[in-house]
Amino acid sequence: MGKDKPSDSEMLKGTLDMMILRTLVGGDAHGHTIAKVIERTSEDVLEVEQGSLYPALHRLEDRRWVSSYWGASENNRKAKFYKLTAEGRKQLARETSRWRQMTRAIGLVMGEERGA
Amino acid sequence: MSWLRFFRRKRSDAELQGEMEAFLTEETADNEARGMSPDEARRQARVKLGNTQKVRESLWTQNSPPLLTNVARDMKYAFRTLWRTPGFSIIAIVVMALCIGAATSLFTIVRSVLLRPLPFKDPDRLVMVYEQHRGGQASASDADYRVVAPADFYDWRSKTRGFEDMAIMRYAGYNLTGERNELPEAVRAAAGSWNLFQLLGVTPALGRAFAESDDQRGATVVMLTWSVFQRRFAGDAGIVGRQIHLDGRPFTVVGVLPSWFNYPDAGIQLWIPYRADVKAEFLQHHDYHQSQVVARLRPDVSLASALAQVGAVQYQLHLQFPHEPVNEDVVSRSLNDDLAGNVKKPLNIMLCAVGCMLLIGCLNISNLLVARGAARQKEVAIRNALGAQRATLIREQMTESMLICAVGGLGGILLSIIATKFIAHRWKDLPTAQSIHLDGTVIAFACALMCVAALVAGLLPALSTTDKTMLRALQTSVRTGSSSVSRTALRKSLLTVEIGITVVLLVAAGLLLKSFMRLRSADVGCVTDNVLTLHYSLPEDKYDTPEKVNAFNDALLQRVRSMPGVRSAALGNTVPGAGYWGDFIFTVKEHPPLKTGEDLPDALSRWADPGYFSALGIPLINGRFFTSDERGARAYKVIVNQQLAQRYFHNEDPIGKHLLVPAHAHAGAPNDWDYEIVGVVGDTLYQVGKEAKAAMYFPMLGGDMSGGMLAVHTASEPLQFSVPVQKQIAALDPQLPVANIRTMNQIIDQSLINASLSATLVFAFALLSLLLASVGLYGVLSYLAAQRTSELGIRMALGAQRDQLLQLMLIDGLRPALFGLGLGLGLSLAAARIFQSMLFGTKPLDPAVLTGVVATLLVVAVLACLAPAWRASRLDPMQALRTE
Repeated sequence: MGKDKPSDSEMLKGTLDMMILRTLVGGDAHGHTIAKVIERTSEDVLEVEQGSLYPALHRLEDRRWVSSYWGASENNRKAKFYKLTAEGRKQLARETSRWRQMTRAIGLVMGEERGA
Repeated sequence: MSWLRFFRRKRSDAELQGEMEAFLTEETADNEARGMSPDEARRQARVKLGNTQKVRESLWTQNSPPLLTNVARDMKYAFRTLWRTPGFSIIAIVVMALCIGAATSLFTIVRSVLLRPLPFKDPDRLVMVYEQHRGGQASASDADYRVVAPADFYDWRSKTRGFEDMAIMRYAGYNLTGERNELPEAVRAAAGSWNLFQLLGVTPALGRAFAESDDQRGATVVMLTWSVFQRRFAGDAGIVGRQIHLDGRPFTVVGVLPSWFNYPDAGIQLWIPYRADVKAEFLQHHDYHQSQVVARLRPDVSLASALAQVGAVQYQLHLQFPHEPVNEDVVSRSLNDDLAGNVKKPLNIMLCAVGCMLLIGCLNISNLLVARGAARQKEVAIRNALGAQRATLIREQMTESMLICAVGGLGGILLSIIATKFIAHRWKDLPTAQSIHLDGTVIAFACALMCVAALVAGLLPALSTTDKTMLRALQTSVRTGSSSVSRTALRKSLLTVEIGITVVLLVAAGLLLKSFMRLRSADVGCVTDNVLTLHYSLPEDKYDTPEKVNAFNDALLQRVRSMPGVRSAALGNTVPGAGYWGDFIFTVKEHPPLKTGEDLPDALSRWADPGYFSALGIPLINGRFFTSDERGARAYKVIVNQQLAQRYFHNEDPIGKHLLVPAHAHAGAPNDWDYEIVGVVGDTLYQVGKEAKAAMYFPMLGGDMSGGMLAVHTASEPLQFSVPVQKQIAALDPQLPVANIRTMNQIIDQSLINASLSATLVFAFALLSLLLASVGLYGVLSYLAAQRTSELGIRMALGAQRDQLLQLMLIDGLRPALFGLGLGLGLSLAAARIFQSMLFGTKPLDPAVLTGVVATLLVVAVLACLAPAWRASRLDPMQALRTE
């Protein structure tokens, strides 16, 4: 079922890391929450593939942008929580500004095309 | 550290599984909250999560950097390959361990002896200055370094400005007696001018160094070295300022030297001021050559000009005292070279030998790897055809040799810990034997050696098995016999080089060994078996008259001679073979005075009791020995050796002539220097390996020698007598310590330790190399034989005789051996010149050694070739044709 999702729900390459970092600004969260928050916030347009979520989380941890600890979830179950580090916050700022530039540039290009 | 994640892959994976489990539970709970049935909720959660295996795999890949993965895979692969052929692996590893172990040991020693800077301030600017007799040396390289007379030194120091400072030191010996009934002890000491420690840049660990006011005659201050401070005074800092007794006289301890200070060698226990304990004339005479001078260069003055100033002063002195043995010139060498002294050359030769052995080891492993490469040719070709890159294949094979060398190197380091200890312990000549140990630098050196060895051993086979022709292995049909001519040629040339180097090592070992045998069997000129020797020194305050000294000596000789098992006993100042000890110039009273410019005659000075010559078996040529009543005023007799008699009394009878010995003259006793020759005795060697020298023997019973060396000729094993003889001494004077209890053979062995060690070690290296080379030869020929199996089968089928095949194979194997032999002999000619100076009584082209080497190598080569050749000639032709 999930396999045949239309392509507009697929994420742009490299944006997942940024979105995870953004999600963690709101507070520490475990994988399930992060996925849910991204989906909800994007009004269910974006669907987070678990196949890329977890490797991404481990990658961010390896780069020291997030740290992790095992804790109890809202339902009192054992879960691995991720926490944004100071380094991660800086990275988020860099990525956000880069993203803004990018969308603006793409917007300009697309806007001109439509106008022509 | 991002690459560390490679090693955390397992943990990371486990965590991931936990996380996914948590996700499932959370999602199921959410779904249930949406109103799904528990089963449906679980199913939907699983659907959402997708394929867990895929997630795990992608994380695993992400955690595996390609480089590390490759290395790990190569290691695993190499390890498996090596594991599959344990015989080869063990041989290779043992070879490497031996080679790297030997090389590391020698490097450790060379480094601490020759390379490590001395622990002094600016050690590069420290030089030793010696006197030199003009015309005494053939070339600059074998300058003779003559010890300095104190009077010369004081003139140098006061009249020249080239050096920042100059200091003087000499060796001394004392009886250290206890304050509270500790055992008396004979200690080696040194006397240094007050500025010596300051010049070297040494500050005492406790107390102070000598001050200028201490360096006066009659001064009674002493500095302790760390070892005696710890050993005898239990490291009690309160010793500074207290008194200790040297030769029965009180000396005040002013300081303790730091623990690292072991100049000039670690045997020195005490330091006293240079002038403290000498007679006045000692400091004024220009012929008491027995001290060493250390000088520190000024930063702005070159060594040559500083030395030229000193040389000018010395030449003035020479002209000023024409009738005294004052040398004309001065010569210097760096303090480091001076301390390394006579071990430098043997060490360098051993280092070369071990380098050769290492190279042979590498070549051997390389050779074995080429053989294995040939066996794996098809595998390599297939992998190449499937797209493996050449670099990858080379890397893989290199990993193999790397692994061999790493394991071998590890074994080598362990081995060298033992070997280094052994050599440092046995080689007493090494100046810094105490500070020799393995440390970080040495281990780094061993690791570097491992890498180089791995490269040398691995690169050639790796390149050769993966060259352009590798795909041909797939094309070769079953019957095309020798598939790779070039690879065989490569192996043969490797072998030729290997054998060549082995020959060089064998020749070197043979020459050194022969020279050592010559030394060991050299005739010292007297009895050396079953002789026990020991030193004692009678303190001058207790034995203050010649009569007292004689009484002790007489009593001792009488007691020792009457001991059961003692054949005879001799008392002198030393025995033959125990070193130079000292010489005096003399003139013959009956001869016309010497012309100016003529060399002053000089001879070794020895003292002997009447029984000395017969006890040591030194033959009387002419005249008579001393008599026991030649003592006191009647003791002005001298016995000369044959060499002196021949050199200075060509056709005359020396008996009854008189020698004038200026060194014995005292103010107010003008006849003290006139000695009548009463006998001529046979020549003895003062040191094995040195030419015999003219010598004169003075009567021990003259009573002016306060110390002596007792030599006891026994009927059986002499060391058994060491305690009984010491008991006899203790019975006469319980406060008198004895020192250096050794047999004469031990004395001679110790003087030959350089020759003995270099001969044995180089011989061991050479033997090992020969073994390696023969294994290499065997391997190559076996491989060739295996490759040519079908060819040999065809030959046999066509009617070739077994003898012919045997001959064919033997010649094939012996050819590289013969080439190697020729190459090696050529190289040896060049190499032998280098260590010619180390050889005694052996020419660098000694025919016996060369013949021996050639014969040994040929025999070993034939033996190594015979087995595979024999096997090849005994093939069953049908079997041979069917192989493959």
